[in-house]
Amino acid sequence: MQSSRRDFLKLAGVSALGLSAGTLGFLGEGAQAADALPNATNFAKPITAKRWAMVIDTAKFDDALIAKVIDSCHTAHNVPTIPGKQEIKWIWTEEFHGTFTSERPVHLADAQEHRKYLLLCNHCENPPCVRVCPTKATFKNKEGLVIMDYHRCIGCRYCMAGCPYGARSFNFQDPEKFVKNMNLLYPHRTRGVVEKCTFCVEKLAQGLMPNCVQASGGAMVFGDLQDPNSPVRKILKEKFAIRRNPSAGTEPGVFYIL
Amino acid sequence: MIEKALKGSPRYFGALMVFLAIMGIGGGFYLVQLNQGLMITGLSRDVSWGFYIAQFTYMVGVAASAVMLVLPYYFHHYKAYSKMIIMGEFLAIAAVIMCLGFIVIDIGQPQRMLNVLINSTPGSVLFWDMVVLNGYLILNAVIGWTSLMAYWKRVSPPTWVKPLVYTSIIWAFSIHTVTAFLYAGLPGRHYWLTAILAARFLSSAFCSGPSILLLLMLLAKKLTKFDPGNEAIKSLSTTITYAMCVNVFFFLLEVFTAFYSNMPGHMDPILFLFSGFEGHTYMTPFMWTAAALGLTSLFLLIPPKWRENRDILVPALIMLVIGTWIDKGMGLIAAGFTPNPFEKVTEYLPTGPELMIALMIYAVGGFVLTILWKIALEVRAEVEGEPGK
Repeated sequence: MQSSRRDFLKLAGVSALGLSAGTLGFLGEGAQAADALPNATNFAKPITAKRWAMVIDTAKFDDALIAKVIDSCHTAHNVPTIPGKQEIKWIWTEEFHGTFTSERPVHLADAQEHRKYLLLCNHCENPPCVRVCPTKATFKNKEGLVIMDYHRCIGCRYCMAGCPYGARSFNFQDPEKFVKNMNLLYPHRTRGVVEKCTFCVEKLAQGLMPNCVQASGGAMVFGDLQDPNSPVRKILKEKFAIRRNPSAGTEPGVFYIL
Repeated sequence: MIEKALKGSPRYFGALMVFLAIMGIGGGFYLVQLNQGLMITGLSRDVSWGFYIAQFTYMVGVAASAVMLVLPYYFHHYKAYSKMIIMGEFLAIAAVIMCLGFIVIDIGQPQRMLNVLINSTPGSVLFWDMVVLNGYLILNAVIGWTSLMAYWKRVSPPTWVKPLVYTSIIWAFSIHTVTAFLYAGLPGRHYWLTAILAARFLSSAFCSGPSILLLLMLLAKKLTKFDPGNEAIKSLSTTITYAMCVNVFFFLLEVFTAFYSNMPGHMDPILFLFSGFEGHTYMTPFMWTAAALGLTSLFLLIPPKWRENRDILVPALIMLVIGTWIDKGMGLIAAGFTPNPFEKVTEYLPTGPELMIALMIYAVGGFVLTILWKIALEVRAEVEGEPGK
């Protein structure tokens, strides 16, 4: 009874938004996006997992593919391009030494040394950022996604101190003027809150793969780490993969095939 | 009793005006920060905490250090501190108010700060820090005010104050321990990830806090008829000397662990502070200054003859305060974030507006302290000045 009522309300709400947004100019920005607004059917078949994880096949990336992957994420999520040290990054690259700092290799093979490695939030099993957040603004959902509620965030930046992977960015200023083409289907953030990669929780809810995975053309594999038949488990069974800074004990959800 | 704050010499009101003026100027810069965000600071994606949080950490130590008077006075009935105890408690009040101020100016969305209460998260150390700081503020305000009121009325303090006093002794340790836990429990921040961080915090607090108290009290002695008493000054400076010895010893323990183990993660932040890391040497002049000041102050404080000489004691205490302030108020935070998770250095130095906003909070503390000490000194003068008392 209750669940059917909730379904009805959800459907009613979404259809009302779709109907009115298309016709009512006073809704502002939203109205322009009316055509593309997802409706209830888009959310009818979400893809779910017990523990989402990602495998990055680093050898398959060249500069063009890296640019494409980063662009697909940053344009979809209105990630601003801010120059300097107060920048915002959801997915970016580092060379080997900056990525796998605890490895400290000498005489590294050329192929690995001159490669760029894609970095993003590791969606850890034991996320220190969630542990330290004083307002539950960052939390882990039951599918292992570490996500943000931007409206709860007080901007204390404790999560940034807590993250051993430098995966979090803070909006030191209003990001709006640094977003070139605003995607009206995704909210942009206000100044004074922390943000980061969410493994595209909004895409998974619509039954779609994360933006970067879609753009990578198979170089990034995404799936359920607890399902032996999932694509991530299949590839991890075949190829040697490592994770960043395992000694921090956070159990990262991003694996790298070198 | 509060009416004693409303009457005073031109010098008293002049001091308050100066503090108000600094608050006004700093307040202007804070409005700019509210309007534009923390972009006006020198903070970055890699060094996301800076001067504000460092000052908060230092001031928690000053607040906690009141226990160095409260403990001997109430536990061991050490009567020599009877004239200073209230000053120590009032300094703690001013220091905690500054701590809370430094946190408020540091957060990106100050209008949402009550979210810490609304969505209270017992797993977060920041939640507990909020609890212990506010608790300590209330404890000291109640104890200090009630004791002073009783003294003014020439009666003994009510019996319910005693349990509060004992609570405040334990509480003082807890405020700096919990503040240390803010840092000490984080993976990947090697400089902070050490079991003796809380012990280091307490030792540094117990030398720097009483030093500030003693300097301020000697200033009050010069400006008013107040005299804390020779024995009290002697005892407190001895406490300061012991605490500073322990503070230096604890730091050397860190150095041994890092360098004898030879583990890069532990050595890198210390190298960054004292010799630079990958060519970034902007912290080294500060840290060597701190080391020189700290050791010189110890050299001057350890021989009792020098320590009892005011002309040596005062400069030694000033050196100690500056040295410990550089260590905690600049080095601790920078070294926690350097090198960053990518083994690189992003330089951090506070900007002008950032310093002015921090100065505003210091002025708030000075304002509160001046008023509280004025009341305490007036009450003391009135009671002692009465014939036959």
